[in-house]
Amino acid sequence: MMRLELVKRPQRSALFQVLSPFIAFALTMIAGAIMFALLGVNPFTAFTVYFVQPVSEVWQLHELAIKAAPLILIAVGLSVCYKANIWNIGAEGQFILGGIFGSIIPVLFPDFEGPLVLPLMLLLGMVGGALYASIPALLKTRFSTNEILTSLMLVYVAQLFLDWLVRGPWRDPQGHGFPQTIQFGDSAVLPELMPDAGRANWGFVFALVAAVAIWLMMSRMLKGFEVRVLGSSPRAGRFAGFGFNKMVFFTFLLSGALAGLAGISEVSGAIGQLQPVISPGYGFTAIIVAFLGRLNPLGIVAAGLVLALTYLGGEAVQTALGISDKVARVFQGMLLFFVLGCDTLIHYRIRLIGFAAPKLEAAPKLEGAR
Amino acid sequence: MDITVNILLTIATAATPLLIAAIGELVVERSGVLNLGVEGMMIMGAVGGFGAGYLTGSPWIGLLAAIIVGALFSLLFAVMTLSLATNQVATGLSLTLLGLGLSGMIGTSFVGQPGVRLPNLDIPGLSSIPVVGRLIFGQDPLFYLSIALTAAVMWFLFKTRTGLTLRSIGDSHSSAHALGIKVIRYRYLAVIFGGACAGLAGGHLSLVYTPQWVENMSAGRGWIALALVVFASWRPWRVLAGAYIFGAVWIGQLHAQAFGIPVPSQFLSSLPYLATIAVLVLISRNKRLTMMNTPASLGQPFVPDR
Amino acid sequence: MSANHDRANLLEVRGLTKIFGTLTACNHIDLNIAKGEIHALLGENGAGKSTLVKMLFGSLEPNSGEIFWDGQAVRITSPGIAKKLGIGMVFQHFSLFEALTAAENIALSLNDGSPISTIAAKARALSYSYGLPLDPESLVGDLSVGERQRIEIIRCLLQTPQLIILDEPTSVLTPQEADKLFETLERLRSEGKSILYISHRLEEVKRICDRATVLRHGKVVGHCNPRQETAASLARMMVGNEVKAVVRAPAEGIDTAPALLEIRGLTRKPATPFAIPLKNINLTVRAGEVIGIAGVAGNGQGEFFESVSGEVLQQDTGSVRIRGKDAGALSITGRRLMGAAFVPEERLGHGAAPRMKLSENLLLSRHATDGKSFVGSGGMVKNGSVYSASQRIIAAMDVRKSAPDPEAAALSGGNLQKFIVGRELDRKPSVLVVNQPTWGVDAGAAAHIRQALIELARSGSAVLVISQDLDELFELSDAIAVMHNGELSAPLRIAEATFEKIGLLMGGAEPGHAEHTMETA
Repeated sequence: MMRLELVKRPQRSALFQVLSPFIAFALTMIAGAIMFALLGVNPFTAFTVYFVQPVSEVWQLHELAIKAAPLILIAVGLSVCYKANIWNIGAEGQFILGGIFGSIIPVLFPDFEGPLVLPLMLLLGMVGGALYASIPALLKTRFSTNEILTSLMLVYVAQLFLDWLVRGPWRDPQGHGFPQTIQFGDSAVLPELMPDAGRANWGFVFALVAAVAIWLMMSRMLKGFEVRVLGSSPRAGRFAGFGFNKMVFFTFLLSGALAGLAGISEVSGAIGQLQPVISPGYGFTAIIVAFLGRLNPLGIVAAGLVLALTYLGGEAVQTALGISDKVARVFQGMLLFFVLGCDTLIHYRIRLIGFAAPKLEAAPKLEGAR
Repeated sequence: MDITVNILLTIATAATPLLIAAIGELVVERSGVLNLGVEGMMIMGAVGGFGAGYLTGSPWIGLLAAIIVGALFSLLFAVMTLSLATNQVATGLSLTLLGLGLSGMIGTSFVGQPGVRLPNLDIPGLSSIPVVGRLIFGQDPLFYLSIALTAAVMWFLFKTRTGLTLRSIGDSHSSAHALGIKVIRYRYLAVIFGGACAGLAGGHLSLVYTPQWVENMSAGRGWIALALVVFASWRPWRVLAGAYIFGAVWIGQLHAQAFGIPVPSQFLSSLPYLATIAVLVLISRNKRLTMMNTPASLGQPFVPDR
Repeated sequence: MSANHDRANLLEVRGLTKIFGTLTACNHIDLNIAKGEIHALLGENGAGKSTLVKMLFGSLEPNSGEIFWDGQAVRITSPGIAKKLGIGMVFQHFSLFEALTAAENIALSLNDGSPISTIAAKARALSYSYGLPLDPESLVGDLSVGERQRIEIIRCLLQTPQLIILDEPTSVLTPQEADKLFETLERLRSEGKSILYISHRLEEVKRICDRATVLRHGKVVGHCNPRQETAASLARMMVGNEVKAVVRAPAEGIDTAPALLEIRGLTRKPATPFAIPLKNINLTVRAGEVIGIAGVAGNGQGEFFESVSGEVLQQDTGSVRIRGKDAGALSITGRRLMGAAFVPEERLGHGAAPRMKLSENLLLSRHATDGKSFVGSGGMVKNGSVYSASQRIIAAMDVRKSAPDPEAAALSGGNLQKFIVGRELDRKPSVLVVNQPTWGVDAGAAAHIRQALIELARSGSAVLVISQDLDELFELSDAIAVMHNGELSAPLRIAEATFEKIGLLMGGAEPGHAEHTMETA
């Protein structure tokens, strides 16, 4: 019988702050190898198929960017929430609402064309995501309702709402009964960056811009300071004169808007129409991305690319080795677990203690000292 | 008359997994730990229960497997949050994400396979008494277990010394530690109990409610169970009431869909989730009630000085 | 083995050492406690007293050293073992559960499985026999600090301990309540029990203790009979050198000086179930004076501070006036912009964000008042000027630290408090409100802070000090008012104030000054 004991470090460890994501990644690889072995696949073959093949050609890198863009956009917004110790876990719903709001123009006004269409769609997408995110914010500030549960419940509602739209009022009349809207017109489609090389679109640029902007805000601006203070010690934040309720709205609206932007970018760029399902769980995976990037927007860019690779790898092992693509979700979950666990090393040293209690060294005897 | 009985029976069947999972989480939260992984533990219990039942042909073995899988899965959370002092919210979320992924992977080969169903209780004579016969003597075994579990947890928390100790840890882990109470050990046991309950609730889904494996078949029930604990302000009998209200909403919208009410089915399907939000708002408006009952150390990591 | 150990000693400690990281909190401590004595453990904040008693009670494991109980070598690895041996503990920061009743709290530490009702009856009987009446059915959260201490004491006595450890027991009591406690302790001694009495208050140690062990920087620096020492000689032993006495020049022409902080009929409903309501508080602080507010902890001081600072706003905007203008509707930032500054009671997590650097903690309270110098266009923080300002404060207040710009949590309590007070003094505020200026601060730093507060007042500012430490208030204040159960007495000029009078007011006696007590019902 062993037990773990944590010994608090006097200062956080700079070494482990750098090392911890790599240790976590290595541990995930080991666990993944065991998993593949249990599934009866040679781990080396599996890893090659999973991690190397999907990024061995240029067009594949474009696919990676397509997958990474929404993850980074959403995760960057969530990182601000989580830094403020505010728990928006309904980004999936805000993503969907962004997709729906942004689609209003191409679906309901397909004749409206021109250079204004796309900016308006993106703006509407952000508004949609932000509005949807304002619901849990309002409930939290007005009634102190737990935002974790409300934002999550709204995901299910958003999914059902989208399902109704594309099967009902917004269904393409010429679509042979398929549950989908009309294909967006040319001016409503997010252009590709380098059409000759691959499919990656402007969504990836939005993600990078958002990451840099939020990084600047968090590290250099008073607003970022406000977020960090309120998140790490709310009472000190109140003493500083920072309003907690305002912060709840700020973080929810910001992360909602970015999730909404991700949503409309995905619909307008990668899909080109609304379908009953427009996200393979980006809103939830982005939570992992945010933590894997340790809530730092620049780290999130790297983490977003890694997680996008797990999606592509999942598809690859399914086609090449006949393993369920759910393996991607397992990888993501394990990675997050190991990241959280390894972060403990930043603040604590870990001692392994055997079952017997540690012995006291006998101190030298001080006879007759008194 | 028969329709009423049938509806009541289905409400009980829908409420039972919510009740079992919520009662387990209530014990966890009373010890001061917030495990947001209920959905993940539940779906793992569902796939484990279905798999074991399907492979052995015995629903009872399936049920046992569901409990064990849920407990083992919660152990992962316990090691992370209790031994490594990780953030409970983030760890709970990742438990749910991992559970949804892992269950999907494990369950790939179970999709579309016929499952085994736990038989209803059938006491000759008693079960055929009109109306009450089936309601009282003809339900599935987990229905009775869930009621007994609620009563047992009530007794444990408020009538036993161990229950008092558990509540004291939830109120202040540092005071408890100063008195020499083994905070971490109690919390481990509470978390594992919660995991076993969530696993059992998942087993109910795949062995009683709809005896088959469908990906994501927990459909947010784990989250609703979490909401129920808040709604109940950490009181077992209120969890019971809450679970049945939600069971009624769940079944109500299904029947409404079946009756062809001229409202889109998606809107009816979203009712349980909207009802959860409404109920949470109603209960949290009463700040005094919430403050008096919330375990004061809920969600705080605890690292003892040695 | 036990041959050379004196059987008359109940407890012997040899070379006990505890190391936290780089800090040696206890360094080869030797301590003997005889049967039937009251033994004082004296030392400044941070001298290692609490660490030592936590090892004796099994909450901390020593790195090395030996403990002998009744002549036998023992290892106390958990509080349960300490209790079995016969060691009882009354904690300074009570280890009570607010959501549970007094009886349930007691039951949790007894571990004998008897029903709560039996325990309640025993506790009630014992509490009355010692003159410490207690209602076992009441919820701890509803009780005053003094009543909570009674639960701790009764809980300890019910375990029939041979040795009772009391950690700073009088810091939460009125002088009269402390007298009552001393009677109880003397009675326990006459019953043959030993008491380890931890304190930094020299007068009371001289009064009730038979022997004393003095700690400084984790080491034993001497054993003595406190009755044969003077308060000054004990202080020298504790501190190691002479502490500069605080100099307070008489305040001149205060009565005609402008009122810089006025509280007019301040009333507040309790915000949480266990909070204290404020009842019609009136107070004026004029330029040049220090006014002290005395009171036992938990009588509304925290609520009062929040209301005056603007962390909580008032409905009646005239109930708080700063420099002659209504401020009740202004936020804490608005009040700061009017020239007020605030130092809260809790350093870590309220006055400072623990995991942030000192320079960031400077920005915490001054991002608005020094907006031009610290924040540039577009909301960008000017890190350079913030950093140099924080270095200026560190130098002015003699803040000792291990890195150029360490995290707040890495500083000792005294040094962090110097920084937090210095952060506000650096602005030269015209109104300063301080809650517990030297709580848990070593004597040198405390003297430094007190002197700085007096000098700020004499330079023309209004200073309001809330403190539970009567010695401190008598040292600092030109007048003292007393807060009890959310009400504030009229201030007594320092010339008229005595411990006796202030103590009675702290205990809730009717104030003699009727003019301020008319309308509270």
